[in-house]
Amino acid sequence: MSFFTSADVTTGQKLLEIIYIVIGLITLYTGIKNATDKENPNRVGTAVFWCTLGVVLAFGRWIPPMVDGALIIIMTIPAILHKVGVGKTANPTEEYSKSVFDKIGMKIFLPALSIGICAVGFAIFLPQLGAMVGIGAGIIISIILLIVFNPDNKPAVFLTDSERLLSQVGPLSMLPMLLASLGAIFTAAGVGDVIAGLVGKVIPQGNVNVGIIVFAIAMALFTVIMGNGFAAITVITVGIGAPFVLAYGADPVIIGMVALTCGYCGTLSTPMAANFNIVPVAMLEMKDKFGVIKNQLVPAALLLAFQIAYMIIAK
Amino acid sequence: MALIKLLGVLIVIVGFALKLDSILIVISAAIVTALVGGLGVTGLLETLGTTFVANRSMAIFILIMLVTGTLERNGLRNAAAALIGKVKNASPGKIIGAYGIMRAVFAAFNASFGGVAGFVRPVIMPMMEGSIESRGLKINEDYMDNLKGMASGMENIAWFFCQVLFVGGAGGLLVQSTLEPLGYHVELIDLAKAEIPVAIFAVIVGIVYYYIRDKKLAKKYYGEDIAKIAVEEEK
Repeated sequence: MSFFTSADVTTGQKLLEIIYIVIGLITLYTGIKNATDKENPNRVGTAVFWCTLGVVLAFGRWIPPMVDGALIIIMTIPAILHKVGVGKTANPTEEYSKSVFDKIGMKIFLPALSIGICAVGFAIFLPQLGAMVGIGAGIIISIILLIVFNPDNKPAVFLTDSERLLSQVGPLSMLPMLLASLGAIFTAAGVGDVIAGLVGKVIPQGNVNVGIIVFAIAMALFTVIMGNGFAAITVITVGIGAPFVLAYGADPVIIGMVALTCGYCGTLSTPMAANFNIVPVAMLEMKDKFGVIKNQLVPAALLLAFQIAYMIIAK
Repeated sequence: MALIKLLGVLIVIVGFALKLDSILIVISAAIVTALVGGLGVTGLLETLGTTFVANRSMAIFILIMLVTGTLERNGLRNAAAALIGKVKNASPGKIIGAYGIMRAVFAAFNASFGGVAGFVRPVIMPMMEGSIESRGLKINEDYMDNLKGMASGMENIAWFFCQVLFVGGAGGLLVQSTLEPLGYHVELIDLAKAEIPVAIFAVIVGIVYYYIRDKKLAKKYYGEDIAKIAVEEEK
């Protein structure tokens, strides 16, 4: 409690911590709901996963780091054993959505857009609070609008719907956070220095432009191999981006961010990214298994070239 | 033996390439790297705990889910279908382009309408089929196959390169937390701004490329017929 009354902590940090507590509570609710859900085939595993995650998200700040780390490891066990399942879900019916749309109409776009508008608005006009708190404010506006538009939207509806979505995306939704932690472990263990030493034997050190080209192409190639741009960015930024580009004073904002979308060019070109390139083939009943990828190769190549040029010019 | 430190990186690359369980890959790589890198069990748990808690902003998507499902329940997808339905008498290439613009704009606000399963198949495909039939032509399967590929491509391109404009999206957050331990502090809004030229270029490339490709394919599969119709339309 002293955290929230302390004068040393900024209002932005306090509000952010409240947001994390709300996120943690939604996650805890998901765990508890599934623990008591007879239709969930893996009640225990599902509950362990979401409840440990909820505790770390909501109260991680006040828990010793070692205990947080141990809880994360415990969390991943049911996920790895595929014991995190989906229970009873109440998907909205097509008829219901249509009938509400007939009432609300195009106004439904307002609550959908309010979150992004608040995020940008807070980041620009209230930087001491920041984009994350802006998202929180946008969510509140969005909820109020939805309640005003349709009295059926009771608080329980929002909670049930978020539990439904969270259960459906499942443990894989934690992948970006785990990858970010892995990146930090790579850095702490000195992995970046070793890769840098190896790459340094092949490409000349000190030439930022060559570094940018290698960084961008490596991002795309590793994403093609791994099928996941998020996995590539943690490894390649630590190993190539930092020592060969950023160390020479290039702008970390432009280089760090655009490298990720260079990776996305790889995502467009690989069957490894099955969700985006192979699943649609089945869903649309296409004859050519590579029908989606073939239609993406030219844009991917043009985009990679554009981004390399952009990074070199704007660095 | 510095090279042994790369064991974790190898696990990530090979693991993802072999499509092993993603979380298993990441946790094994973390444990192996911590052990061969001299962090030990204590160092592993401490680094994992500290960074995970420091990166909780990446869990903001859970808060956003508080409204995503309810928006869908209240007809967001129907509204999007009604919006794109206003594009009348357009060739399949133009329909794909219009969808690209709509998807791009909403991606910047992190709003999606259900992807290929939820939107392309039930809304965009019938629109393209209707567009072909309204010209008195029969559906050619190979042509349709390519149109499906192009619609999926537009869907992916617009989503990938415009969702990074959303301040607080997973991409920007991951970049921010990857750069932080390397000693570079960056703001989310600046990361989003850096992607504006890329996003605009991506949408234009998608629209122009698929428009030209559709014209070429229509000529290939319908030849003279399509030319005749074009002339009649002009009269």
